[in-house]
Amino acid sequence: MKPDMSVTIASLTLRNPVMTASGTFGYGEEFKEYVDLETIGAFVTKGLSLKPRAGNPTPRIVETPGGMLNAIGLQNVGIDAFIKKKVPFLRSVNTPAIANFFGYTPEEYAELAARLDGIPEVAALEVNISCPNVKQGGIVFGTDPAAAASVTAACRAATKKPLIVKLSPNVTDIVEMARACEGAGADALSVINTLTGMAIDLERRKPVLANITGGLSGPAIKPVALRMVWQVAKAVKVPVIGIGGIMSATDALEFILAGATAVQVGTASFVNPGAAQEIAQGMEQWLAERGIADVRSLIGALQE
Amino acid sequence: MQFKAMILDNAEVSPGYWRMRMTAPPEMTAARPGQFVMVRVNPSIDPLIRRPFGVFDTGILQPAYTGAAPQPYLEILYRVVGKGTAMLSGLHETDLLDILGPLGTGFDNGPAAEEKLIVGGGVGLAPLYLLAKELVNDSPVRLFAGGRTKDDLLCITEFERLGVECYTATEDGSLGEQGLVTKVLESRLETTSNKGRIFACGPHGMLKAVAAIGTARHVPCQVSLEGYMACGMGACLGCVCQGTGHSAETPDYRCVCTEGPVFDAAQLKWEVA
Repeated sequence: MKPDMSVTIASLTLRNPVMTASGTFGYGEEFKEYVDLETIGAFVTKGLSLKPRAGNPTPRIVETPGGMLNAIGLQNVGIDAFIKKKVPFLRSVNTPAIANFFGYTPEEYAELAARLDGIPEVAALEVNISCPNVKQGGIVFGTDPAAAASVTAACRAATKKPLIVKLSPNVTDIVEMARACEGAGADALSVINTLTGMAIDLERRKPVLANITGGLSGPAIKPVALRMVWQVAKAVKVPVIGIGGIMSATDALEFILAGATAVQVGTASFVNPGAAQEIAQGMEQWLAERGIADVRSLIGALQE
Repeated sequence: MQFKAMILDNAEVSPGYWRMRMTAPPEMTAARPGQFVMVRVNPSIDPLIRRPFGVFDTGILQPAYTGAAPQPYLEILYRVVGKGTAMLSGLHETDLLDILGPLGTGFDNGPAAEEKLIVGGGVGLAPLYLLAKELVNDSPVRLFAGGRTKDDLLCITEFERLGVECYTATEDGSLGEQGLVTKVLESRLETTSNKGRIFACGPHGMLKAVAAIGTARHVPCQVSLEGYMACGMGACLGCVCQGTGHSAETPDYRCVCTEGPVFDAAQLKWEVA
């Protein structure tokens, strides 16, 4: 018997729990040779801003044991070019496209949310709150519960589409951040973004990345991500989307057990461009082999 | 294209430099000179990221016995610089590798019968052999190979066998002219009154110097760049380089993996490191 792999995030029903993570899958089209997009639950675009952004100088990435650091600097085409050049492709695919976006003031966030709300091809919005709030002297939205709530509320007022807030792990208490965003109207929470780290070139006595620090992703962060998903899922009522070092179907299922309703595959797509599809198929096979009829029965089913 | 390749041969051709031949699907033999492959060194998570290598050569091995199928192959030339390439050098015949490619753009050969000037620094020669193999079909080809010592000059005999006229330069004078290979290139251009077309791959400093020669002497010049990349297909945006128009206000970043690795040198900004 074929297991039922579908899950629901607010008003959005996904054929299976596997999405691609923002910044690791371009705008979808880049991977069409390697992934049949209609075999995965959803895909998330590269983070969008009002104006195009150049990003950081190079080196922007470096490999570390079991992972990689990136400091791309949110390079993206901007919302106008996204609408003109990228949206037509989204129309051709029968899989929900989720637009990830960021701003530097709550007003900018709201403006982007409103513009994305008007695009029928965008199924849901994912807010990246890991940017500095230029208005409040560079305080990062993602590390201050009140600021995160204000951004979430501003976006909430601007869109009726499912609103997902992507949380930063670089906080003292991620549960407090999760509750703040839930309280301000988030329909779901993506947990986690990258962990801030750095790499040093000993001989040159210099940081490897031009930006000095970068975001750590890949299998190295999976245990941290699992712990945070588990903590957040217990504390909130909205669905949690688990992210962090998922390389295989079993990794993904561990996140589901920890309380995630869906997962996002990130760095794995760089290593193996077909990863998201293979993970979706592998999860289904795992359930089928064990006679589990419905993936939803595994959400938060960790026996403590 | 993604495929499993079986290693046919993996040998050190000069201290620290290796040449690997592996099986490939027939499509690989259509790779353009300058294109590259992303190699997953092993299936574990350390090293995690694939390594990019220029296509050194492709071809078809004739069967060893009647009735067997011809075997298309792919060759890469690499220098052991870190954990990934060290592991690669430890692999043997019949070991398997996971490969993505061919990726990126290739060189534009230019018109027939025109003098072709190939400039390679160290392991930068890697994508230039396949190019030379094509160019000798319709043009006179000269190779300018440079390195710190004679150990950095790779596969010169192979180029000579193609009928390429080879010029060498080493910084320590252990082979060829002592000094930088760009000086040798310049003296050739001086002799021919700046005729021909330049194709270069090597360290950034060398490419910058070659690009400047091309500009000053109005000789068309293409360069193949290296970039630290995770995906090879334009998604990670790790490997970008700057186009001529780049500034903080008008960003002009280009992906080495999808818009390159071969660029017209005049399209790039060289002032930055």
